[in-house]
Amino acid sequence: MIEINRVNKVFYQGERAINALSDINLTIEQGTIFGVIGSSGAGKSTLIRCVNLLERPTNGHIIVDGVDLTQLSNKELSLARRKIGMIFQHFNLLSSRTVFENVALPLELAGVSNNAIQEKVDGLLKLVGLADKNDTYPCNLSGGQKQRVAIARALASDPKVLLCDEATSALDPATTQSILELLREINRELNLTILLITHEMDVVKSICSQVAIIGDGELVEKGPVGDIFAHPKTELAREFIRSTLDLSIPADYQARMTPERVAGSYPLIRLEFTGASVNAPLISQVAREFNIDISILSSDMDYAGGVKFGLMLAELFGTEQAAEQAIAFLRDHKVNVEVLGYVA
Amino acid sequence: MLLDSISSWWETNERLTYLLVEALGQTLTMVFASGLIGFALGIPLGVALHLSKEGGQLENRTLNKVLGTVVNIGRSIPFIILLVAIIPFTRFIVGSSIGTAAAIVPLTVGAIPFIARLVEGALLEVPSGLVEAAQAMGATPQQIVTKVLLPEALPGIINAITITLVTLVSYSAMAGTVGGGGLGDVGIRYGYQRFNGTVMMITVVMLVILVQLIQSVGDHLVKRVDHR
Repeated sequence: MIEINRVNKVFYQGERAINALSDINLTIEQGTIFGVIGSSGAGKSTLIRCVNLLERPTNGHIIVDGVDLTQLSNKELSLARRKIGMIFQHFNLLSSRTVFENVALPLELAGVSNNAIQEKVDGLLKLVGLADKNDTYPCNLSGGQKQRVAIARALASDPKVLLCDEATSALDPATTQSILELLREINRELNLTILLITHEMDVVKSICSQVAIIGDGELVEKGPVGDIFAHPKTELAREFIRSTLDLSIPADYQARMTPERVAGSYPLIRLEFTGASVNAPLISQVAREFNIDISILSSDMDYAGGVKFGLMLAELFGTEQAAEQAIAFLRDHKVNVEVLGYVA
Repeated sequence: MLLDSISSWWETNERLTYLLVEALGQTLTMVFASGLIGFALGIPLGVALHLSKEGGQLENRTLNKVLGTVVNIGRSIPFIILLVAIIPFTRFIVGSSIGTAAAIVPLTVGAIPFIARLVEGALLEVPSGLVEAAQAMGATPQQIVTKVLLPEALPGIINAITITLVTLVSYSAMAGTVGGGGLGDVGIRYGYQRFNGTVMMITVVMLVILVQLIQSVGDHLVKRVDHR
């Protein structure tokens, strides 16, 4: 449905050229929810803006629904854009128009008759759960409601593709979830292809089936969400996933920690579970088999795409020998174990 | 006491009263006629300035430069000089260089660049994200102007209209120079030149009330259309 072909984007800051995107290739199948994730400044916003040519790629091709947008005249491009909906981080609703009028705008632009507009907008507002807000102005809506209006507006011209530019980044976690739920529903009911960019891992985990990681303008990895999270192939991807999970050692532990084992101290370890780890109740097995008590300090485990992964900080209370055997056992089962130090 | 003196003066100076009423009419004619024509030409000019600037929807540096220079020249000529400097043009338009109709021409010419800059400023305040959203919906440049830029800038544009009308009231006082009449003219000729303090005061009070009215109506309208 969306094909991004060898796309480059160069910005000029005076004489200096900045490669915002370099040689991006991406194919997004009809009906998928595709996430692009990256830290700020990685180029993800530029990428999504290239898809509807809000930003014109320096070179390369953007093919949406079989049409190469980069080859169209301005007039043809305006028409093609009506089949590509877009929502934004800051909603971009017109303050001078009511909720109804905002949703009606794309239809007005397309010259749809008033009766048809009335019918269509009513249906859309019902779909996004704002049927009672017809005559309200956006300034009187909450962030989540504004994004719902924006979604309704984006769907008004029956697009085949929906672009979400950090659509949940300005919303609180609960509202984020409700918006994601709505997107999932739309994806299912209308078989709409959704491309979303975000810096929030949770967003990708909760609704995307495919994900691409972008860093410094380059696409470093792409694939099914579970694969990428469980078996990151590149260092950047691994770093990115860890950065969202990383567990730091509490300050008072840090203070009590020594690099060598002394009498009366126990190892503090970091366990990293990846998709390669043996899927078994390892913690309780270790406890039973090596007669060790395990105290979990903190843990960030997750489940996506059929695999468990995450990080855990734990103390192992037992004899020195038992602790070593336990660590060896865990490593045998493909859990990455790092001894951070010994805590008295 | 002041009120007493005014009301008794009112009764004994029928001719002057008539003169004042007539002057008020002339002031209103000058202000609103030049305002109306000024908006009709100044608003599109402001839109053109906004669209043609770097990064605008119809970016055109040369056009922007030319328009900007013309507007700046218009803004920098003192009104009293503009009034006499364009007398040939005035004569060409209304057939005479004297009278209320003749005063409307320089008032309009003075108002256009003023309005254009104010409108440009109002358009600049429309968040660029809104224009982008409209582009993403497939809006043509013309639709962006009529459906997004102008409606979203409306509070700012009404504010610009208010400021312009108030400025025109004070400019119109100078129109006496070309026999345009109006309250300012009465104030100068009867109040200042004939040492009639009461007439002077009445004209000033009338002008103050007029400006207050324009400002209140403007503020009220801004409040009604502003949903930001």
